[in-house]
Amino acid sequence: MNELRIEARQLSKRYNNLVAVDQLSFEVEAGEVLGFLGPNGAGKSTTMKMLTGFLTPTSGTAVINGHDIVDDSLAARRVIGYLPEGAPSYGEMTVRSFLEFIARARGFEGREALLAAGSAIDRLNLDGVPEQPIETLSKGFKRRVGLAQAIIHDPQVLILDEPTDGLDPNQKHEVRRLIRDMSREKIIVISTHLLEEVHALCNRAMIISDGRLLVDDSPIGLITRSRYHDAMTLVVEQPERAASVLSELPQAGKVELREGELTVFPAEGCKLFEVITDAIREHGWSVSELRLEAGRLDEVFRQITKGETT
Amino acid sequence: MSSAVYAVLNVMRRELAGYFSTPVAWVFIVIFLVMSGVFTFYLGSFYERGIADLQPFFQFHPWLYLFLVPAIAMRLWAEERRSGTVELLLTLPLSTWQAVLGKFLAAWFFVGLALILTFPVWITVNYLGNPDNGVIISAYIGSWLMAGGFLAIGSCMSALTQNQVVAFILSVVVCFGFLLSGLPMVMNLFTGWAPQALLDAVADFSFLSHFAAISKGVIDIRDLVYFGLVMMFWLLANTILLEIRKAD
Repeated sequence: MNELRIEARQLSKRYNNLVAVDQLSFEVEAGEVLGFLGPNGAGKSTTMKMLTGFLTPTSGTAVINGHDIVDDSLAARRVIGYLPEGAPSYGEMTVRSFLEFIARARGFEGREALLAAGSAIDRLNLDGVPEQPIETLSKGFKRRVGLAQAIIHDPQVLILDEPTDGLDPNQKHEVRRLIRDMSREKIIVISTHLLEEVHALCNRAMIISDGRLLVDDSPIGLITRSRYHDAMTLVVEQPERAASVLSELPQAGKVELREGELTVFPAEGCKLFEVITDAIREHGWSVSELRLEAGRLDEVFRQITKGETT
Repeated sequence: MSSAVYAVLNVMRRELAGYFSTPVAWVFIVIFLVMSGVFTFYLGSFYERGIADLQPFFQFHPWLYLFLVPAIAMRLWAEERRSGTVELLLTLPLSTWQAVLGKFLAAWFFVGLALILTFPVWITVNYLGNPDNGVIISAYIGSWLMAGGFLAIGSCMSALTQNQVVAFILSVVVCFGFLLSGLPMVMNLFTGWAPQALLDAVADFSFLSHFAAISKGVIDIRDLVYFGLVMMFWLLANTILLEIRKAD
């Protein structure tokens, strides 16, 4: 009954005429790091707000570790750690007093609350700033304070709404490392509109647009949907001649020449690497760059989200 | 300690600490003390009356609260919603009414503290004469209860909007209505057409009449129940409003 598991059943949220989330159903198991991907306004945040008990679904529900988020909201909230979008916190409080407040609200009493706050400070490397008012901290530190309050009770389910939004590349890297370190034996759900984040963090991705689930796949599965998957790109002298030669290959499908880069797409089920390297050797082309494309997430994302709406 | 009480106290404690880590608390206390002094000694003719009581002090409290209490209450929820912390607070494992009650109690204790700090007036009157200290204590209790009524209204209005100025104006207007409902200018609107029962009910809603009774030293259980019900009603409305509007 209390196994680690999220189960969303036809979760829906409507505002007057606007459908924010439309009959979303999915299941998440222990050890999964699920990324909600989607354009702005797709319903990612609304879904998270329903899972965490902030919003009541218009219809449908979700069950978190056996606790229904509508009928048993407090019990469901206890097993969740939540970082709301923008990591809001009480700016006038110091980091330590804020975390102690959260710890008490999470049921720690007396000395335990102080210890819980202290250990969250250690885990998120906030030990340089515990007595500083939160509003005086940089964005990266504020985000870490937000993460610290989310993990203070070592929750089994972590829901993080755009955890790296607005951070510089170093801070992003740092936050991702923290999330990865926590991901064992938990369920982590993050939302993002950054594709590289899904790649860096998640082992499962759901693309949501207009409140509906469009794709549920692994990041690798997503990337193989790209038409660039297994394509080869080369930078070569006299690209036009190379293009005409390569397009004759039986293993090659389309050939595109763009900004001096020649991209060869594979024919159905074919591999290109060997035949292209052979062709280069045979014709003695001078090649300055040659790469095998893994696939382009942004292209998959556009194709899925735009393809649906138009 | 039950977990519900613990949750309410935790919210209250955080809120109170918040008052004192910003200038809000000090500005409020200073202004409250200065204004009540001005009212008592100039408008209330404290010395000229030649009577050793605190009637001139207490009679202006309703009017002082009319503007100062909404100033404290306006930020209670409007600020939480503007800064987004409402999402943090209401996804913690505590129910909405616990959060509403905790924040309200913090504000109420804070006003109580400001009220206690007026004790030099009480010492003064005891130095000058022999006042009936029972009446004074009763009036202090009545004043604090009335402040609680104003605060509950202000807290509810604050949940209506993200804008503190709007919250302030709304609560002044509603508090003004409650304050005046026993006075002729409001009663005249009803006399002549409304049944007597409604007239009595409207007159009975007035903060002024209930406060006047307590400040004369008569602690009637009905006045206590009245203020208790007013607070409960507005805090309940506050909780419901918050449930509906928290995410807008």
